Amino acid sequence: MEKQERKLTVDATLTSLDEVVGFVEDSLSTTSCPMKLTMQVALCIEELFVNVASYAYENRQGVCTIRLETQHTDTDGIVFIELTDSGKPFNPLEKEDPDITLSADEREIGGLGIYMVKKSMDQVTYDYCNQKNVLRLEKSWHIA
Amino acid sequence: MEIRKMQEGKGLIMEIDGRLDTNAAPKLLEEINESLKEGVGSFVLDMKNCDYVASSGLRVILNAQKKMNALHGTMVVKNVINDVMEVFEMTGFADILTFE
Repeated sequence: MEKQERKLTVDATLTSLDEVVGFVEDSLSTTSCPMKLTMQVALCIEELFVNVASYAYENRQGVCTIRLETQHTDTDGIVFIELTDSGKPFNPLEKEDPDITLSADEREIGGLGIYMVKKSMDQVTYDYCNQKNVLRLEKSWHIA
Repeated sequence: MEIRKMQEGKGLIMEIDGRLDTNAAPKLLEEINESLKEGVGSFVLDMKNCDYVASSGLRVILNAQKKMNALHGTMVVKNVINDVMEVFEMTGFADILTFE
């Protein structure tokens, strides 16, 4: 079983997005995580980070810390990711899921990102502690 | 992300090259708002070179579909790779768009 733990702290702005997504992809590229899953995890982190960058600090400056932990063998593995910000308390998971059965003209545009995160990860949780928003997600893989 | 645009009569084709992420989505939105107007009867979005679509990108694609509906035209999304197709399926977009 191989393990790694990495951490990245960036300004909570959209200009940091490439760095955040790159960090997740680089970290997973050294594991047995399949490409497709790497893309899914990167996409989820993008959605959550964009939320933080867009809403957490309103007009103030602030940072977002991403802690990533992996454990893997040649065939199996798991990734845990934690996103932390010190912005206003906000639980994105409480947002109502969009109605994905509506036609194009009836469709609203919000809520899709969080919905994708909930659908594609094994576990997503939110905590507010020590004046920090903490989002944790987890995804495992098995290569047949 | 790069966008290539080709117009033939009433038909418009846009090819997306690269990631349609949150930073790229506004660029596509601008192109779509500029290009999809009166006189465009069919719109083809070619995604063969696009390997990543975030929800912001999905919203822009939805916006294009709404525009084409309002123009009484047609829209087709072409050559979507499997991993991206899964994103369309997960979000119900597979049912509201036309793929080729």
